[in-house]
Amino acid sequence: MLDFVPDKELTRTVRHPLPHDSAVRHVTGEAYYVDDIPEPRDLLHVWPALSPHACARIISTDLRAVSQSPGVVGVFDAKSIPGVNDCSPTIGDDPVFAQLRVDFAGQVLFAVAAESEQQARDACRQAHIEYELEQPILTIDDALNRESYVLPSSTIRKGDPEKVIENAANRITGQFECGGQDHFYLEGQAAMAIPREGGDFLIHSSTQHPSEVQELVAKVLDKPLNAVQVEVRRMGGGFGGKETQAAQWACIAAIVANSTGRPAKLRLDRDIDMLATGKRHDFTFEYDVGFDDSGRIQGLKVDMASRCGYSADLSRPINDRTLLHLDNAYYLDHVTATTRLCRTNTVSNTAFRGFGAPQGMLCIERIIDEIACHLKKDPLQIRRLNYYGKQTRNITPYGMRMTGFDIRSLTTELVESSDYRARRSAIRETNRDSPRFRRGIALSPVKFGISFTTTHFNQAFALVHVYTDGSIHLNHGGTEMGQGLFIKVAQVVAEEFSVPLNTVKITETNTSRVPNTSATAASSGSDINGKAAQDAARKIKKRLCEVAAKKWNTRADAVKFMRGLVVAGRNSASFAEIVQLAQVSRVPLSATGHYRTPKISWDRSKMQGRPFFYFGTGAAVSEVAVDRLTGEYRLSRVDILHDVGKSLNPAVDLGQIEGGFVQGAGWLTSEELWWDDKGSLRTHAPSTYKIPTIGDVPEEFNVQIWERGRNQENTIYRSKAVGEPPLMLAISVYSAICDAISSLSDYQDWPKLDAPATPERVLMAMNNIYKGGNSK
Amino acid sequence: MQSGNAIRFLLGDQPQTLSNPPPTMTVLEYLRKTEHMTGTKEGCAEGDCGACTVVLGNAENGKMRYRAVNSCIMFVPFLHGQQLITVEHLKNPDGELHAVQQAMVEEHGSQCGFCTPGFIMSMFAMYHNQCPTDRQSIDNALAGNLCRCTGYAPIVRACRKALKSTTKDQFDRKENKTVRSISALDARTTVEINSNGQKYYAPRTTSDLARILESHPESRIVAGATDVGLWVTKQRHYLETVIYTGAVESLTAIDIDDGYIRIGAAVTISDAMAVLAEHYDSLDELFIRYGSDQIRNLATLGGNVANGSPIGDSLPALVALDARLLINSAQQTRTVAAEDFFIDYGKQDLAPGEFLERIDVPLPQERQEFRIFKISKRFHQDISAVCGAFSVTIHGNRVQTARVCYGGMATTPLRARNCEKALIGNSLTAEDVKQAREALDMDFTPITDFRGSSSYRSAVAAGLLERFADELRSGEKIGVRQVQHA
Repeated sequence: MLDFVPDKELTRTVRHPLPHDSAVRHVTGEAYYVDDIPEPRDLLHVWPALSPHACARIISTDLRAVSQSPGVVGVFDAKSIPGVNDCSPTIGDDPVFAQLRVDFAGQVLFAVAAESEQQARDACRQAHIEYELEQPILTIDDALNRESYVLPSSTIRKGDPEKVIENAANRITGQFECGGQDHFYLEGQAAMAIPREGGDFLIHSSTQHPSEVQELVAKVLDKPLNAVQVEVRRMGGGFGGKETQAAQWACIAAIVANSTGRPAKLRLDRDIDMLATGKRHDFTFEYDVGFDDSGRIQGLKVDMASRCGYSADLSRPINDRTLLHLDNAYYLDHVTATTRLCRTNTVSNTAFRGFGAPQGMLCIERIIDEIACHLKKDPLQIRRLNYYGKQTRNITPYGMRMTGFDIRSLTTELVESSDYRARRSAIRETNRDSPRFRRGIALSPVKFGISFTTTHFNQAFALVHVYTDGSIHLNHGGTEMGQGLFIKVAQVVAEEFSVPLNTVKITETNTSRVPNTSATAASSGSDINGKAAQDAARKIKKRLCEVAAKKWNTRADAVKFMRGLVVAGRNSASFAEIVQLAQVSRVPLSATGHYRTPKISWDRSKMQGRPFFYFGTGAAVSEVAVDRLTGEYRLSRVDILHDVGKSLNPAVDLGQIEGGFVQGAGWLTSEELWWDDKGSLRTHAPSTYKIPTIGDVPEEFNVQIWERGRNQENTIYRSKAVGEPPLMLAISVYSAICDAISSLSDYQDWPKLDAPATPERVLMAMNNIYKGGNSK
Repeated sequence: MQSGNAIRFLLGDQPQTLSNPPPTMTVLEYLRKTEHMTGTKEGCAEGDCGACTVVLGNAENGKMRYRAVNSCIMFVPFLHGQQLITVEHLKNPDGELHAVQQAMVEEHGSQCGFCTPGFIMSMFAMYHNQCPTDRQSIDNALAGNLCRCTGYAPIVRACRKALKSTTKDQFDRKENKTVRSISALDARTTVEINSNGQKYYAPRTTSDLARILESHPESRIVAGATDVGLWVTKQRHYLETVIYTGAVESLTAIDIDDGYIRIGAAVTISDAMAVLAEHYDSLDELFIRYGSDQIRNLATLGGNVANGSPIGDSLPALVALDARLLINSAQQTRTVAAEDFFIDYGKQDLAPGEFLERIDVPLPQERQEFRIFKISKRFHQDISAVCGAFSVTIHGNRVQTARVCYGGMATTPLRARNCEKALIGNSLTAEDVKQAREALDMDFTPITDFRGSSSYRSAVAAGLLERFADELRSGEKIGVRQVQHA
């Protein structure tokens, strides 16, 4: 295990497995989340009322009994909004409060502000609203049949796939689907709006995107951006679910505070959170693949459709990323893929770790498995055969040349360390005589593009102050949701000044300190904020060097920062001494930093260019055992090798790999979003929606950071982003379950298995393959 | 009858007195809103995520016993006579972290930190209960704490590290003092609360319980409130009168006599299942799949029975084992067979004024074989799609008597009569079981919902029958959790 380094004097901090900056506060309960902030005087508690119907016209609304309910101070709906009734991050189609009609069950109708949360909540139930029900569009199939889309479809195309498939020696067609996923951050959405003098507002929000919350609050209040300050100390988990989905609650709290002049807090309980906020997109896939006798893919055609819900939200970039990751680690010479963005009467689906890529990668991995089954070969062999090449076969379908991408050596190492071959043979051998249980094993790789596909989001800002005692104040645009961003950036700053880490004060994200930020998303946090903070630190360092050089009558480039000291030749002084000298020399001790990701360019209209700075990579081997009688299964061993470049903090990175994998495994196995035929989500709390527990994680869970990993691009200390890529390592779990089921046909047939592969789906797949297969 | 309207408990080591507190205020609400102790978090308000975990200390025979519970669905008056320990209490006065906290920091067991206080409290209870460090013990103790960030691996490492620590913590050092403080609370009195018209009674004898129930036939009886708690937190039901059975001494007792394991209706699932599993091995796995440790420490066997849910985890076992229920009231005492108690969905054989006093489970007979299997989407802490319980006696390699009961297949836990008939005289060979399997098809028409489709439930029910026969033939415990990796 990685050793804890308690050394407070440590000044070379980068690459050390330092604990999360808030770890001690986490374990003592002293870490504040929005709902824990001491409540200001006269605080109002706000509760939203949700539509019970998926698709209806509102005929009449009578909220008199709501207003008269005990403790109620105000009832707020579309008419209470001074500005624009919209909190969409993109095209203006997300009303804060529904007006005239409702488009999904769970849509917010109005909100009640009361002296207590319970009073607000009880009052919500007193509304009398008449609806005229309309026929909802609930599923992807419904939407395709009725041509209901939120946005036009997107297509990526290279070569002449139709012709190549037609002429290929082998051809497989198939279809399957994968479900969505609720973020299930442990802390639900929360916001508190506090009025300030002059009509200004301070908003505490549990959000990954403070600048967007600021913008949307300003928009609903009809105020300039400088009247709204948004602050985020930390989130109790985000995973993409607080990128756009946090804004509505902040807007409602702000509307209440604006109207009443009192602070207002809105904290969603679990059920409302799950009913009213967006999730990962579910997808359907239809594929047609042509390949030669060795298993090399010659042509691929994929038709995909995603359930976007009632509005656009981020569905376009998410679906784009699905297209850009359909190749995963494989070279595709002739390919066409289309994704249709279905509009349905369900909650508007949104960002979730992986941002569309997991679905595209699941599709190609399934295709690879089917090719292997068809040719009676080890899927690993087919994977390797189709991997991107180094010198040739290294251009993606969107025209980006892959350089420094080395999934082959990583795979080789993992095959060895996981003992994949021997275990696979043993499993195939024992499965033959195993009436009760079947085991399966699979290796799947991950290649994940790092950068926002919207190019201008790839920039960050930081603010560093050095105080006259030598203590440092660090602020940047990134938000902390548990991923360890703050400690990583603080390590960078401490490293730059060569001062102990505890000299660097990590502070909450605040739009008044660092403005106009991008969301903390797309795994970009430490890449771009680390560089921005480094830029700010280096500006100050340069000035300090000049101050020291003048003092010692030497050249500025001779001055070095070492172990808390500033040194030039035989001269040395403490960091604080030089800082004080700078102050009295009237040299500024504060600087802003900026970073823009280089080399990227993307032409969305042609779906061509270099959308990504580089790729995150890794691979996993998973083994499962499946119960022939009940469909229950167990993940019995997992081996992971993941490339994080040269890690900024291996403890944090390991945590992202382990956690991402388990979250991905949940998506593909037990996490089932189940809507009834009226469009109500019936799995909207942990009693019914089952994320992995500790018991689902195998004892044998060997997770390694790839020692040979490095980033060929000039990233912050040559590290690699690690937030999202590990989630997709869990595709190996799905493949392994399929492999176990396939054994029932003596590996003649690959099961039709939709995700999530619940015990029910697994049992049904076993029963179906049993009928079709040749085995007993 | 001595009675008082105050709840007295220790908050950490400080005695607290609450006069006429709202009977259905949750402990979580009390901590966060009244005490402004915000370390304890709400993640779900239904006892399923563990973010709200706190530890209750009880003085038993001069020693403290610590149990992790969910504060989000536990009502404040239940605290009477107990010690409530939260994450804020663990650090030493000198600022040094508790061993479980230190291990979580060192092993990187927190990321976003929101679930962490709950994990810390579960681990604190494990620390005091000398939880073994094998993976199964850790899983069983922590499956009620959901973490979305870490993938649990570092938490397992932290657990192992902390549980190896042998040093006494401040709670060990203060144990005698705490026992005295609890005794000084003088909590062995009947509690009667009236909080703005909402009433709460915690009688100490069955006769008091019967009398109170007679005068308040509309009241709601609670023991652990792990289901009723949700009526309040989720459905916002207003319960006008609440009667708590957990203070009635005879209802919290377990006795074995005259061929029966006699379990008071207010005995917790933790205690009840431990005794039952001693006699019926097969209940071991059901036990660890039954809610979570936090739930099992609050929930009661009597509550599970009286609640009568078709998916109640203990019910198929009780019906298959032919348990007897002792029903009491101010008017009469009567006994009813468990299988006759469940009349229809939400309807049990319990008249107004009556309460369930005891569950009598027969001790195993010679040549009796009992097996129970629960199937759900997730192994730990999930509600059954199907649960099957099989109790047979074997004579000369053939089944002589058979009782088979399924949960999740009908509106109540229900015996599979056709299947039972087909089992009598059955040799339980793979060929012979087929007949019983066909007969089982005629027993049920299950529903489709988010826990499973009708056809899945039927297929699993049949599968469990085969698994039962297979276990008897092989003499082995057979389950996918037992399969090792290659």
